[in-house]
Amino acid sequence: MESKMINHSVPTEYQSEQGKLNILGFWIFIAAEIILFATLFAVYGVLHKRTSDGPTGEEIFVIKDVVIQTMLLLTSSFTAGLVIHEMRRGNVRGLITWLIITLALGGGFLYMEINEFIHYVHAGAGIQTSAFTSSLLTLLGTHGAHVTLGIFWAIMVIIQLLQRGITPITASKVHIWGIYWHFLDVVWIFIFTFVYVGGLI
Amino acid sequence: MDIKWDKILITGDPLILGSQIAIVLTMVGIVVGLTYFKKWKYLWSEWLTSVDHKRIGIMYIIMGVLMFFRGGVDGLMMKAQTAVPENTFLDAQHYNEVFTTHGVIMILFMAMPMLIGIINIAMPLQIGARDVAFPQLNLLSFWLTFAGAMLFNLSFVVGGSPDAGWTSYFPLAGKEFTPGIGNNFYMVALQIAGIGTLMSGINFIVTIMKMRAPGMKLMRMPMFSWTTLITSLIIVIAFPIFTVALLLGTMDRIFGTHFFTVADGGLDMLWANLFWLWGHPEVYIVILPAFGIYSEVVATFSKKRLYGYTSMVMAIVVISALSMLVWVHHFYTMGVGPAVNSVFSITTMAIAVPTGIKMFNWLFTMRKGRIEFTAPMMWTLAFIPTFLIGGVTGVMLGMAAADFQYHNTLFLVAHFHYTLIPGVVYAVFAALYYWWPKVFGFKLNERIGKWHFWLFNIGFNLTFFPMFFLGLQGAARRMYTYSEESGLWPLYALSAVGAIFLAAGFAALCYNIYWSIRYEKRTTENDPWGTARTLEWATATPVPHYNFAVVPEVTDVDAYWEMKKNKDNFALDPNKIKPIHMPSNSGLPVYMGAAFLIAGFFLVFEWIPLAAISAFLIFAGMIKRSFEYDDGYYVPVEEIIEKERTWRGDSKWKAK
Repeated sequence: MESKMINHSVPTEYQSEQGKLNILGFWIFIAAEIILFATLFAVYGVLHKRTSDGPTGEEIFVIKDVVIQTMLLLTSSFTAGLVIHEMRRGNVRGLITWLIITLALGGGFLYMEINEFIHYVHAGAGIQTSAFTSSLLTLLGTHGAHVTLGIFWAIMVIIQLLQRGITPITASKVHIWGIYWHFLDVVWIFIFTFVYVGGLI
Repeated sequence: MDIKWDKILITGDPLILGSQIAIVLTMVGIVVGLTYFKKWKYLWSEWLTSVDHKRIGIMYIIMGVLMFFRGGVDGLMMKAQTAVPENTFLDAQHYNEVFTTHGVIMILFMAMPMLIGIINIAMPLQIGARDVAFPQLNLLSFWLTFAGAMLFNLSFVVGGSPDAGWTSYFPLAGKEFTPGIGNNFYMVALQIAGIGTLMSGINFIVTIMKMRAPGMKLMRMPMFSWTTLITSLIIVIAFPIFTVALLLGTMDRIFGTHFFTVADGGLDMLWANLFWLWGHPEVYIVILPAFGIYSEVVATFSKKRLYGYTSMVMAIVVISALSMLVWVHHFYTMGVGPAVNSVFSITTMAIAVPTGIKMFNWLFTMRKGRIEFTAPMMWTLAFIPTFLIGGVTGVMLGMAAADFQYHNTLFLVAHFHYTLIPGVVYAVFAALYYWWPKVFGFKLNERIGKWHFWLFNIGFNLTFFPMFFLGLQGAARRMYTYSEESGLWPLYALSAVGAIFLAAGFAALCYNIYWSIRYEKRTTENDPWGTARTLEWATATPVPHYNFAVVPEVTDVDAYWEMKKNKDNFALDPNKIKPIHMPSNSGLPVYMGAAFLIAGFFLVFEWIPLAAISAFLIFAGMIKRSFEYDDGYYVPVEEIIEKERTWRGDSKWKAK
């Protein structure tokens, strides 16, 4: 509301009152997202052995591709950190450059994930095959949909950065997007550990 | 694309045909009325697009009253059907639909909007804020709730109502056993409304954490704001579980997955667990704000400070924690074994402890107080014994071994009506009577209020008390009829008579609103009850859109009571008035509500390509919002001074 109040002693994204409220509000939203993914993990945990006539995880997981996906997303989290670093330095060009690199890595992840889904369908593990495949593909799909949204969201933020530069409002938008992106990375680490590595044990 | 044109309009049922005609006539009437009185622009710019938390609150309450009517008619139809044995007023299918929509509408589209509306009106004022943290998001929450409610109500005349109970248990709710699209309405409409509720929860938490008046520490916050905070916390924790449950249910029904199916590894009890992991906390989401309302009312009309403030806060925190740990008590008969059942039995009964603390605190607040029997106080007084009956029968049901006897009987139905009606509906009434003058500048009439009170109370007890005994005699819930030999008829008939009184009570409330709008004496007194204690009573009546000319300093739990004791604090120094920054109205939330409604409608009818295309309407709205840089506007000092001077008079004006 009171976006006119500016406090110069803190990082740009915290300088406007509304920016501060938005960041806190988004953290609480992330808490809700944690519950959402926790529920999906719980569902997967309950259903992952119920494969019916369909294949099991061991039969369809391609661990090499999953490792590449993981590397892409982890690297993108690092570059997302550099985005904030450049923003704190007030460097718009550096900020946008690292954002685009982050998005490219995220796009690469998505490309691999879509291929992974195509592979599963060809291996006879469609979403309608069994409780296991339903829960697996819904968990992965929800995460993938979040990444897709994050990419389009960042594109909107980039356009605004080009129009307005780093202001308390655009900075808080970048910061909030950063929280979101890192969160998706954390979710992926859990997916990697419990779904893929856990599935191979 | 498999378009189900034949399924769009329900035909062949005289009751539904009558409703269809009535709906069309009402809509035509509204459009003609608005055009004739030239109110379109006023409606659009002053209400539908208003981000003022008080107006949003009023819109929520209007929606809640309308849904109360709809849910109430469902209830009356059930009572009419079971009034005599072997009745043929409703067939089994129609009865299934009616009890399903009754439950869903009463909980999600009556209780929730009513309470969120009351929170919207009272909470920002109580903490001395000018609005909520995210005013436009607040309006979006309302429109999503409204879109969800409209989509759900549409099922009645278009496509067929859901019929698997408000709990929508799988596999019954799955495609295999209910192939129609009725249950799609349940999945999609509740999803849309749920997104709105989640956003409200986040909004209220940030508002309370960041926007309290100077000096208002958390432990100086009025009880109603405390309950709002804890309720919002439960919303944020519990609603995502429902989001997932509904998503999986939608996938099962529309995309053929196997989460809750019987075949291919699905697990039907998974739905029951997910549903109640949200569903039980949901009960506390609606009951905690009600506890807050009673706390405000009982202190105001006993003219005493709320007894045991700290223990009240502790009690709601403990209740919120326990609310997450009791969900299995809804299906002890699932067969997880005595060990698990015992654990949940203990957690369930443990809830009686903090609730008991609250009950005693309310009683001790009244002790030696000078009690004034106003309408809000009467609802509070009636709440205590009736809710106690609900609570004690709850402990009975909570004992796992005994529950095998009561399970799925009318005993259970009587129990949860004895908790939810005194626990929520009475509180909503108390809140309406209590805060009404603050919002509108006139009270609801006390005399008609007494009619409302007695009709509703007698009706409530007459309707639901016999159901305890019906349940104990073996009457199962959700049975559309019963035989004459069962001997259940007299109690069923008594219960039906009670429902008539209930309906009369509701009619008395509506009449009271109408009568008071026309004839009740207007007031500009900031504290029309004379004994109010919290900050919302420290500003003008009706509240100006900026709430407070100068945000007051708070030194005590009963901030306004302190101001009254120390009159000097209350006088306004015009030199302290600065321009006030306010958010601009926005039409975007209305658009978003419509976009969700359209996309949801296509999804319900399983027209996937159309649903996918209309999802872009939603994305378009989000993009529009992202590029919006509206900084709001300033209320000029002169306007504030003029407004404040008018209502304060000379005694509360410190001219320098």
